[in-house]
Amino acid sequence: MSTRQAMLIDIPMCVGCGACQAACKEENRLPGEAEPALSATAFTALEEHDGAYVRRMCQHCLDPACAAACPVGAFTKTAAGPVLYDAAKCIGCRYCIQACPFDVPRYEWQSTYPKVQKCRFCAPRLQRGQPPACAEVCPTGATRSGDRDGLVREAYARIAAEPGRYVSRVYGVEEAGGTSVLYLSSVPFEQLGFHTALAKTPLPELTERALSKVPSVVAVGGVLLYGIWWITNRRTEVQRLERQLEDMEARSRGEDQ
Amino acid sequence: MRVTLPRITFWRTVATLLLAAAAVAVWMRFTRGLGATTHLSDRFPWGLWIGFDVLCGVGLAAGGFTIAALVHIFHVKRFEPVVRPAVLTAYLGYLLVIVALLIDLGRPLQIWHAIVMWNPRSVMFEVAWCVMLYTTVLTLEFLPAVLERYRLRRALGVMRHVAVPVIILGVLLSTLHQSSLGSLYLIVPQKLYPLWYTPLLPVMFFVSAVAAGLGMVIFESTLSARAFRRGLELPLLAEIGRIAVVVLAAYATLKLADLAGRGGLDLLLVPRAETWFYWAELALGVLAPLALLAVPRVRRSPGGLFFAAVLMILGFVLNRLNVSLTGLEAYAGGGYFPTWQEIAVTMGIVAFGFVAFALAARYLPVFRTSEADGTAALRRRLAEEMRLAPGEAA
Repeated sequence: MSTRQAMLIDIPMCVGCGACQAACKEENRLPGEAEPALSATAFTALEEHDGAYVRRMCQHCLDPACAAACPVGAFTKTAAGPVLYDAAKCIGCRYCIQACPFDVPRYEWQSTYPKVQKCRFCAPRLQRGQPPACAEVCPTGATRSGDRDGLVREAYARIAAEPGRYVSRVYGVEEAGGTSVLYLSSVPFEQLGFHTALAKTPLPELTERALSKVPSVVAVGGVLLYGIWWITNRRTEVQRLERQLEDMEARSRGEDQ
Repeated sequence: MRVTLPRITFWRTVATLLLAAAAVAVWMRFTRGLGATTHLSDRFPWGLWIGFDVLCGVGLAAGGFTIAALVHIFHVKRFEPVVRPAVLTAYLGYLLVIVALLIDLGRPLQIWHAIVMWNPRSVMFEVAWCVMLYTTVLTLEFLPAVLERYRLRRALGVMRHVAVPVIILGVLLSTLHQSSLGSLYLIVPQKLYPLWYTPLLPVMFFVSAVAAGLGMVIFESTLSARAFRRGLELPLLAEIGRIAVVVLAAYATLKLADLAGRGGLDLLLVPRAETWFYWAELALGVLAPLALLAVPRVRRSPGGLFFAAVLMILGFVLNRLNVSLTGLEAYAGGGYFPTWQEIAVTMGIVAFGFVAFALAARYLPVFRTSEADGTAALRRRLAEEMRLAPGEAA
């Protein structure tokens, strides 16, 4: 699939049936029943806020903080859209968990050789041309998947068509540089536990700004330190030679007498 | 020949107990996993091991590059006697940081992945390379002490040729490393409490590490002087105290100017736990030692100097714990406090550092400088010990 896949979650449409959770468990062969929050065995969870059901999952950021944080590149934003984790690379530093602005990655804390766990956007299904399991199974259409640009347009179209039903914001269009999971809501997002103060700039830019200074610190610092060493070294050298010269002069004067 | 058992002293008992507790904790951590032995969670993925063992371990090692640069690059030769102990501290610090990392990492067997699987966009990647390279450089910087001990003159000659580039490399690497530990937290602007979150985090970490490094040099030299009756003359340490005044003043100014620049001065008066921790760090760990060391009479008294150094070190440790723990508690919903295993490992690592430093100071020419000096003193000490041995055995 060439287009970048995304998901649109229409919160007012969701009836909280939990089919998405069940489908997710089955597709990813995760043990146990539906869970109230994300965990190492639940890649999606339904939260209830005053009758509104909010489905949590990895946001699949366009420029993911986890991918920028990981020292060994275990996280990648694939061309198709999903952000994928490769346990074979992971060293277990957990910087991804620390860095994620949506608090998504979960760790297998009970394991002695733990992996990070999170939604994979059903990447294997996408490759076969199928939608993610949760989107396919959703009976009300509250979760839909498709090309991101198309879904963004559709989200704004829904707001325009029913301005009374939705707040005029599509969460995920700009948050943390934009995500591949978009939300529509009838109440302000902060009331549903969303982080609404996230900047529009992707978080990796913050660390990149610091990292970009590394080459110049090395180059300027190296030259500067070597220069200082050369000068101070030369000064002691000259002092030593001058002292030698004085000694020689003193000695030759002594011989003259 | 009779084997003489080491004498049982108070501190040796303490160290043995701490190391034993740490061994049990490490064994539990590897057999039961991080979840069963730590209070780490998805909301709080980094705890005491990262906040203290790694962040502080690296920072307290900063005396190594500060003093090495002062002596070998700036040719302030009178500090030469301090180089070895400072480099030793740094070297041990880094080795212990690696030990701590191996315990903290979820998949320690794959730690080498950082060498072959590159992600240059990652601060942690920079951190990993700094740890590897600077540990190598510190090995080279400390190697002469070992070579002198075994009188390997040819190897010493080789070392002398590469000394300057090695030291320059060391200064650059530790500058990068100290600052990159601060950069780690640049990616969590929404999580870290604004008293600590600033785009200048890397600069803050660097400057405070320089101050802490100087504090460590005073601290360990004083303790060594007491333990081995061989340390450094007070005037030299007093002068390091004077340099610390400049660094602390720069740090305090930077901290407050940055806070003012971000419009965060009113945060200093908000009645929250974070405020208290920030004040403790700033007042006790920065301003108090600054005021103490600024007074020549205090600086030149062994007790005053030592006290100020301890304050500097504690202030530094508090800062790192504030950034890595206190400042993140509110976002995480609070509640992280280390388990006994986390504390035991940490204390064991500290104890191991003290023991290793004492052993190195005892058996290697750490508290003297030139090769000639070293061998002469070694011969003197051997003679002394031979004279003592019969008495001890009796």
